Amino acid sequence: MRNVWNIARRELYAYFSSPIAYVTMAAFLAMMGFLFWLFLIYSQQAILSYTLGSGWLFFVLILYAAVVTMRLLAEEQRSGTIELVLTAPVRDWEMIVGKYLASLILFLVMIVISLYQSFILARLGNPDLGATASGYLGFFLVGAALLAIGTLTSTLTRNQVVAAISCIAIAVALWLVQFVGERSPGTFAGDFLSQLGIFAHYFGFMDGTIDTQHVVYYLSLVAASLFLATRALEARRWR
Amino acid sequence: MIEAENLTRYYGPTRAVYDLNFHIDKGEIVGFLGPNGAGKTTTMRMLTSFLPPSGGMARVADFDVFYDSLEVRRRVGYMPETVPLYPEMTVLAYLDYMAALRQLPNRSQAVDRALEACGIGDHADRAIGKLSKGYRQRVGLAQAILHEPEVLILDEPTIGLDPRQVTEVRALIREIGREHTVILSSHILPEVSQTCGRVLIINKGEIVAKGTPQELTAQLQGAARVLVRIADAGPEAVEVLKRVDGVIGAEPAEGGAYQVSCTQGYDRRAELARAVVEQGWGLLELRSVGMSLEDIFLELTTEETPTEGALEEPPAEESEHEGEGGGGDA
Repeated sequence: MRNVWNIARRELYAYFSSPIAYVTMAAFLAMMGFLFWLFLIYSQQAILSYTLGSGWLFFVLILYAAVVTMRLLAEEQRSGTIELVLTAPVRDWEMIVGKYLASLILFLVMIVISLYQSFILARLGNPDLGATASGYLGFFLVGAALLAIGTLTSTLTRNQVVAAISCIAIAVALWLVQFVGERSPGTFAGDFLSQLGIFAHYFGFMDGTIDTQHVVYYLSLVAASLFLATRALEARRWR
Repeated sequence: MIEAENLTRYYGPTRAVYDLNFHIDKGEIVGFLGPNGAGKTTTMRMLTSFLPPSGGMARVADFDVFYDSLEVRRRVGYMPETVPLYPEMTVLAYLDYMAALRQLPNRSQAVDRALEACGIGDHADRAIGKLSKGYRQRVGLAQAILHEPEVLILDEPTIGLDPRQVTEVRALIREIGREHTVILSSHILPEVSQTCGRVLIINKGEIVAKGTPQELTAQLQGAARVLVRIADAGPEAVEVLKRVDGVIGAEPAEGGAYQVSCTQGYDRRAELARAVVEQGWGLLELRSVGMSLEDIFLELTTEETPTEGALEEPPAEESEHEGEGGGGDA
C-alpha cells in the first residue's frame, strides 16, 4: 500500500521536472479562463456552472486527460524501466493506482488554481456557493473518470501517441453514445445508452444537486478502468 | 538456493526456453553462457518473477517464482541488460525511490552503502540521463544490491563497457559474490571463466553443457569428428577408415569426403592420415569439424575477440590495478 504513494510521488516528480505539468495546466487554465470570461460577459450572471457545465470545457478536459496520462505506463514499457519496478516487491495494482493517483493529484492542483474564478464571482456578485461546490465535485468526478480511462489506454500500449488517441476515442464515444440512445427513448437499448453517456451524468451537479447515482457512475468508471488496467498489465507478461 | 525443474517458456508459438534443469547453491557465482537469443534473458526474467514460466517451475530461496512472487522479489536483486533507468532523476533520488519501493527500514543508509560499493558516491547528485554508460551500469548494480539480496541476477553486466570498466565491474561482482549467490549472463567465454565458479551453456533455449570453466574447456577441445577428403579412393574406403584405432564410425560425405567419428577427447588425425597414405590414395584434406558444442564454443570465444577476447585480457588486467589504485585515492 505504501508503494502506491511511492510510485505516485516519483510520478509527480517526473511531471514537475519536465514541462508536461506546467504546459498542460497552463493550456487548460487559459482555455477555462477564456470560457469563464465569455460566459460572464454574455450572461452577466455570477454562475460558474455555465463554465463548468459547457461542452467546450468538457472537450478540453478530455484532451487534457489524454495528454497527462499518456506517458504514465506507456513510457515505462517503452523504456523498460517497468522491469525494475515490477521485479521489486511491487504489486501490479499498486503500480496502476500509484500512477493514477499522481495524475489525479495533478488535476486537483489545477482545480485549486482555477478556484480564483469563484473568488472573482464572489466579488462581483452573489454566486450560489452550493451549486458552485457541487459543480466542482462533478467536474472532479468526471475528470477522475477520464484520467482513469487514460491510465487504462496507457497500459495497453508502449506508444504514447496511440495511448492518447485511444483515450480520446473512448471518451468521445462515451460522450456521443448518449445521443444515439436518445434517438430511441423508452426502449431498453436506448435508455441504456443514454445512461451510459459520460456527459449525461454531469449536468445534475451543475444546479446544486448531488445524486448518488451519478457519483456511483463515475466511481464505477474509475474502478472498472483501473481494474482493467491492472489485468492488462498482468496480461502483458503472458505474451 | 535456486532450483529450476523443466523450466519452459514460450512466446506465442516461439520456444524461448525449453526444459531447463539446474540447481545453484548458496554462495555460488554461476554464469549463463550462450550466444545472443539463446534464452538467457528469458530465464533470468523467470527467476526474477518478471515473466511467468509456461511450464515447469523455478524456486528461489525455496519460494516459487510464480506462487510466491513477492517473496522471491524481496530476496532477489536484478540488473537487466542495458539497465533501463529514469533519465530525469538524479542517482540519489532514483536509488532512494528503489529503496522506498523495497520498503527498506533505513533508506539513506542503504543508499549510501550501495553508492559506495559501486563507486558512484561522487555522482550521486547528477541526473542519470547525463551519466556515461559505465556509470549507468553501476547505478543499475547499486540498485540491485540496495537491499543486500540473497540472490543477485545480472544480465550481461559488462556489455558495452570499455575494457577498464569491464575489469572494474568484474572485480565488483567477485566482491559481491563472496557473500551472495550470483547469476550472471554473458555471450563471451572469457567473461564467465574469469568470474564464475560454474557455467551453464545455453543454446536455443536448452542447456547444452554445464561444469566449471576448466571442465568445459577440456570437454570442448577434444576433436570428435574429422573430415577426410581422399582422391581416387576405392569402395573399401569406409572400411579402411573404420579400422583405424579409436574410430567409432565413418560415412561418405559429398565430394569424395568422409565423415569420421572418433572417441571423445582423442585426436586421431595422424592415424587417419597414415591409413589413407598406406593405401596409396591421395590425402586432399584432413580437418576436425566441430561438433555442436564446439561450434558454440567457437562462436562464444571468437565473436567479440576484437574488443574483448582473451587476447586483450593482459592489458585489461593492468588497468584493473590502476582502477583499484584510483579507487583508493578517491
